[in-house]
Amino acid sequence: MQEFEPKIVAFVCNWCTYAGADLTGTSRIKYSANVKIIRFPCTGRIDFMILMKAFENGADGIIVSGCHPNDCHYSTGNFHARRRWIVFRNLLNFSGIDTERIQFSWVSAAEGFKWADVVNNTVKKIREIGPYENYNKIAVSTLFKEEGATNE
Amino acid sequence: MSDLIKKVTALLNDKTINAFIGYEKGSADRIRATFIRNEDQAQKLILNASCTQNLAGYLLKHEVKKLGKLGILANVAALRSIMQLASEFQIKDGEVYVLFANADGSLTEFTDFKSIEAFLETTDTGIKSEEQEMIAKLEAMTVNERWLFWNKEFEKCIKCYACRAACPMCYCHRCTTDVNQPQWIPVASHELGNLDYHLMRAMHLAGRCVNCGECATACPMDIPLNLLTYQLISPIKATFGATAGMKADAVYALSTYKPDDKENFII
Ligand code: SF4
Ligand code: SF4
Repeated sequence: MQEFEPKIVAFVCNWCTYAGADLTGTSRIKYSANVKIIRFPCTGRIDFMILMKAFENGADGIIVSGCHPNDCHYSTGNFHARRRWIVFRNLLNFSGIDTERIQFSWVSAAEGFKWADVVNNTVKKIREIGPYENYNKIAVSTLFKEEGATNE
Repeated sequence: MSDLIKKVTALLNDKTINAFIGYEKGSADRIRATFIRNEDQAQKLILNASCTQNLAGYLLKHEVKKLGKLGILANVAALRSIMQLASEFQIKDGEVYVLFANADGSLTEFTDFKSIEAFLETTDTGIKSEEQEMIAKLEAMTVNERWLFWNKEFEKCIKCYACRAACPMCYCHRCTTDVNQPQWIPVASHELGNLDYHLMRAMHLAGRCVNCGECATACPMDIPLNLLTYQLISPIKATFGATAGMKADAVYALSTYKPDDKENFII
C-alpha cells in the first residue's frame, strides 16, 4: 500500500519564516515536498478564519510560523498573534478539532535548518495520525461533489 | 402602582430619559421586552421572577437608540454587558440610566460606571453550576467525541441568527457571516457552513462574552452554543488575567499583549 502523503499548508510571515524557508532552499537543504507555503505580511495578519479555510479545502495539517518574539518587523504583530492562537487553540480543542494538526513555530530568517525540521517533523506527525477524515467529510470538495463544483 | 412604574413615569416626565427598556406581558405566559416612551405606556411595565432577559442587547440597536436618552431595567448580566460595551467605547458614562432590579423586587439606581463596577465586584457573576458541569463533561471527552457532540448540535442549526441578534456584544454593522466578498462563511446551513459560523461567532466573542446565556435562550433549536464562549472564560482569565464586563475601562485581552505571555505549543 502506498504511504499516505499528507497535505500540509504553511502560513508564514514575509519577514522571518518566509526568508528562513528561502534560506533552506538556497542552502540546498532537502525537506518534505508535502508543504504548500503561503506568504503573509505578518503573523498578525493570519486570521483564524484563514486556518479554517485550509482544513475546509482538504488540508490534513497546518503550520503557522513567524518571527521570534521581539523580532517582529512591525514590532508587535507576533505578540498579538500569539494571544489569538492561545485562545483559538482552546476553542478548537473544545469544539473537537484536533489541535495536533496545527503546528505553531517561530522560525527566523537565519534558521534554514529549523524550517526543514519543522516541516519534516510535522509531515511525519501528520502521516502517523493519518488523513483528517472528520474535516474531509465536510470539506468543500465533498459537500459540492454532486454539483460538480471544484474547490478552486 | 408599582415602584417601577412610578419611578419610570417620573424619569420620563422630568425628561431624565426619553425611553425606558423594560418587560411587559407577552403572548400566552411569556414576558417580552418593551420600550416605554410615556406615562400611559409605563403602566404596562412588569417585574417578576420570569423577567430574566438581558435587555442590554437593545441598547445599541438603531431603532432603540433613536428614541433618545435611554433608561434600562437591568439584571446582573445587563450590568456586565453595559460595562463591556463601555470598555469597547460603545456607551459613554452617564449616557444610559440604569435601574437594577434586586432579588427582593426593590430597585437600585446606577447613574455612573463607577457604582456599577463597585456593585459587580461583590456580586456573583460566574456561570451556573449545570453549565460548569456540562463543560467539565465535554472537557473529559476525547477530541473525537467532542467533534461528534458538536457535529450533532451544529447539524440542528438553521442559521436563523437569533443568537447573534440576542447577543449584546454582537453589534457589528456588518457581520463576517454576511460578508460575501470573500465568502468567509458558506451561507447554507450545511455542516461546513454551520461549523464555520459557530467557530467564527465564538472566536469573535472570546473574552467578550459576559455569560448572560441569551444566545442559547434565543436558539429555537436548543443548541448549547453558549458553552463555546463560556469554556473560554477561565483560560482567558488564567492566562491573561482578564474577565469581560467587569470594568468600563478594561482593555480587551486580544487587543493587547505582554512580551512574556505564556504558551506551551510554539516550537
Ligand atoms: S455569547 Fe451568548 S452568553 Fe455571551 S454575551 Fe453573547 S448572548 Fe450572552
Ligand atoms: S439561534 Fe440557534 S439555530 Fe439560530 S443561528 Fe443561532 S445556533 Fe443556529
